[in-house]
Order: sequence, then structure tokens, then C-alpha cells
Amino acid sequence: MTKHIDDLKVVENKLLTNDFCVIELKSENKLPVLSPGQFVQVKVEGSPETFLRRPISIHDVDYSGNRFKLLIQVLGKGTEMLYKLRVDDYLNVIYPLGNSFSIPEKKDRVLLIGGGTGIAPLLFLGKRLKENGLNPEFLLGFRNRSRVILIEEFSNIGKVHLTTEDGSYGEKGYVTHHSLLTSDSIDKIYCCGPDAMMHSVADYCRSKGIFCEVSLENLMACGFGICLCCIVNTTRGNLCTCTEGPVFNIKELKW
Amino acid sequence: MVNLGINIGDLSFKNPILTASGTCGYGPELDDFFDVSRLGGIVIKGTTLEPREGNAYPRMAETPSGMLNAVGLQNKGIDYFESHIYPVIRGYDTNIIVNVNGNTIDDYVALSKRIDKLDKIPAIELNISCPNVKQGGMIFGTNLDSARAVTKAVRSAYSKKLIVKLSPNVTNIVDFARVVEEEGADSISLINTLLGMSVDIERMKPSLSTITGGLSGPAIKPVALSMVWQVAKAVKIPIIGMGGIMTASDAIEFFLAGASAVQVGTATFIDPVAPVKILDGIERYLTLKGFSDIRELIGYLNRNPIK
Repeated sequence: MTKHIDDLKVVENKLLTNDFCVIELKSENKLPVLSPGQFVQVKVEGSPETFLRRPISIHDVDYSGNRFKLLIQVLGKGTEMLYKLRVDDYLNVIYPLGNSFSIPEKKDRVLLIGGGTGIAPLLFLGKRLKENGLNPEFLLGFRNRSRVILIEEFSNIGKVHLTTEDGSYGEKGYVTHHSLLTSDSIDKIYCCGPDAMMHSVADYCRSKGIFCEVSLENLMACGFGICLCCIVNTTRGNLCTCTEGPVFNIKELKW
Repeated sequence: MVNLGINIGDLSFKNPILTASGTCGYGPELDDFFDVSRLGGIVIKGTTLEPREGNAYPRMAETPSGMLNAVGLQNKGIDYFESHIYPVIRGYDTNIIVNVNGNTIDDYVALSKRIDKLDKIPAIELNISCPNVKQGGMIFGTNLDSARAVTKAVRSAYSKKLIVKLSPNVTNIVDFARVVEEEGADSISLINTLLGMSVDIERMKPSLSTITGGLSGPAIKPVALSMVWQVAKAVKIPIIGMGGIMTASDAIEFFLAGASAVQVGTATFIDPVAPVKILDGIERYLTLKGFSDIRELIGYLNRNPIK
């Protein structure tokens, strides 16, 4: 797989809340093949505190327009500067990086579980699954009603189940408390979200013997396998999240 | 055309740009971005006799103009290197240098002997300066007697070019440079990372699992440069400078201060093509300044009285 370093043009920066935005980038050239679960490393200019690139999941892809989207949550100086990007700004990007989610068989009932910025790759994955003849469903967790984002986009692909921690929207509690998980039989689960969420989803899947892949967000310096900083402890030893992941089958993870 | 070639003894480098150990993998990791054979050399990741898993996550923390790492020499060991990596990289048309590590002097010697037999590895970089391992590493590089003993032992066991990588975490780096030169080192590389620390105030814990780690990046460049300058005045063997080199201008400062070659490290994490950009930039600078040979630049400050 060839990796590219490109200056991509910001064609849209849609502010969803005061700390979430969706940035759409356009390439002058034909987009390389991008797969759900893969990420890009973006360079944030302008401050000594944003020395390293920021790894961001690919959220949505439009091959016909040579465009793709990134969902950004403001968590620090780097993401704050990304939030402030304007149309016609350029962003230096290394991409595509990492592996991707596996594509299940058509007969499988598939649930995509996410929370926070972790919902980003699930939109891309959901679209890909639908193109492959599946009917993916989503289970998304948010803190409260005011934090709920992108429901329309997800609803266009499949049924959306919701939880909020305070019960202000959807079922009350965490995603693993949702009635869907006690009542229905799911064949495969794909999860991306905060560590605590992925751990509890992994525990649930282990207890039920359900196939599960998670996408990790470990801290990294390079994004292409030379710094060895983003490691996760697996049955194959310490592996780089950036090259061997970010998607791992939970069977491999020593959580 | 300018001549960019330099030498360490009778070992020729087509140009003075190398990648630093731990920042270029084994080489193929950079194939997607540029042809590593364009460089004068690559110093591949820290290798030990046995496979190592390194330190626990988190191993990295971003700091202003730099980063801390605590990888702890994760590598697949010399057996795997010989059987799986060496056959793949031996075809590179550049000097492949292995960064050598161990817990004991015997480890360093045994590993150096193994690498001595690999015909496409013309040099080793003796790492006596890794701050992220409990045994070996910096313990050898911060005690003069130990630095002398390990250099002497490896020198007598290894027949090709011996580069010793020094730690900046000492009172006077010049003393260490003199000791390794006396014991037969062919070249000195400096500096390894500076011991550093960062605290996560939200979690109220150290940012790194090891508490302290090694600081690299532009934050350490002035420190590295002053050490290269001091060491260059004190020894006769060629110096390979490193520490926060991000651009050709940074590299040129090191040549002027006395380095015969430089290693590009942390810069490659952010811009994987940084090593070749730096190479091209140096060539442009030489042309612009009317120099025909990189050697006119090397140690310029030492040859020309500073008023």
C-alpha cells in the first residue's frame, strides 16, 4: 500500500457543536483507495505545542469528488486549531494509514457501537457494509441530549439505537446497558469509542462469544510504524496500533 | 556539482545524511516515502541479542517543540534480524549501520561479533546512552570507567567501523568523547536523548509508564549543538551530530560546529521525507555559498577564528 503526503484543501468545515466539527478535504489528484478503519495523520501548523501530527479517523469518503471527511472533537490545542480551519485552507496529510475493519458475510446481523469521536469510522464502515448488501445497525452512546451528533447521517444507513448517560435521549446508561444487547442476537460487533466503552463491549462480546473488532486510539508519534510508541499488548506481543491496527479482533488483545 | 561525500576512516558515505536509530525502523518502513539508498547511511533500530518487548504503554508524550519517548529498545533480536530483516535490506545502496545494545559488556561483545559477520553492515553504533532501559544503556554511557571498558571490549571483538553514541546526561561529555577515542572508536555520534519528564495533570500521573524518558526534537538542538562543538574541538575522529535537526539549516549548523555527518531523527516522524529534503537543502546551500565540497563546511567555526 502506498502512503501519500499531500496538501489537501478544506472544502467545508461544518461546526456541529462548540467542540465537534466535520472537515471535508479535497485532493487535486485521484483519491487512493481508503478503507473503513483507516486514518490520516494531519499536521497542525502554528504552535510549538502541536509538534507532532494528529491521527484522525476517516469519517466518510466521496471518491467521485476526490473528497473525504474527518470528524474532529476539540480535546487540546491541535484539535482546537483544526476546529478553526476555514474553507480554502490547506491541511498537510499523510494517508491512508493503518488496517481496516473486516467485511462480514451478508447473512450476519451486524452492530456498530460507538461513542464520542469514536463514531467517526463507523459511518464510513456502515456505508461500506450497506454497499456490500448488509443491514448494519448502530448503537451510539452520548453523555446527554445536547451531545448527540450526526444522527441523521447514521439513520440514512441503518437503524440507530441510542443511549445517553442521563437518559435525556434514547435509553439511559452506557451502550452496554442497552436492551438490544440483552434481547437480541447479534453476530458481529464493531466498536470504536472511549477505552472504557471498548473494554466493556469487549467483555460483553467475550461473555457471549460474539465476534468483535475494536479500533484503538493510542498515542502515536509517526503513524507508520517507526516510532514504536503506540503499542498495544497482544497475543503476538507488543504491536504498533498504527500499522498492525488500529483495528484489532478482541481475541488478540490482552485486555 | 558539489561533493557531498564524507569518510569515517576508509568507509565512504555518499553524503553526510543518515537516519537516526529508532526513527527509521529497519529501512523498509520508509520505502513508501523515498528511496533510502539516496542517503549516506541508515542507522537501524536498537538491536539486542534477545527479542525485547520494550516498556509498557504509554511510551510517548508530546512536549513543546519536542517529544519524550520511553520505547525501551523494543526489537526482535539478532536472530530474527539475521534471518528476516538482513536479507531484505542488504540490497540498499547505502551504509547500513546497526545500533548495538546490551545489559552487560559480554552482551555488547557477543552481538558485535554476530554483526561483524554480516558483509553488508560496514559499521555499528554502540549505544551506551539509551535512557529507557533499567540495565545497560545509559549506565555505560554516564560512567567513564564503564564507557572505557565497553568500548575497549567491543573494539577488540569487532573489526569494522565502530561508532560510539554518547549520552548528553553527563557533567562533561568531552571526557567521554576522549575516552572512547582512546579506546579505538572510529567515530562518535551525539547526542542521544536528554532525560526528561512530563506530568498529566488531569490524571495526576506521569505521562510515561516509566515516569522519565528521553527528550528529542528541536527543543534539544541548542544543547546538542554545543556538545558537538565542544567534542569536535577535543577529538580527532569524525563526529556524527544529531539532536533536533528538522531542516537543512539545522544540519548546516552542526557541520559548521564540527560534525562530519548528521543523523535525522524525530523530524522523520512528522515528515517522513525530511532526510532527503535536508540533503537537497544542503546541496542548495553549498551551491549558493560557492562551496564545491561539504568538507569546506565541516568544522568551519573551528578553522576560522571567531571574533
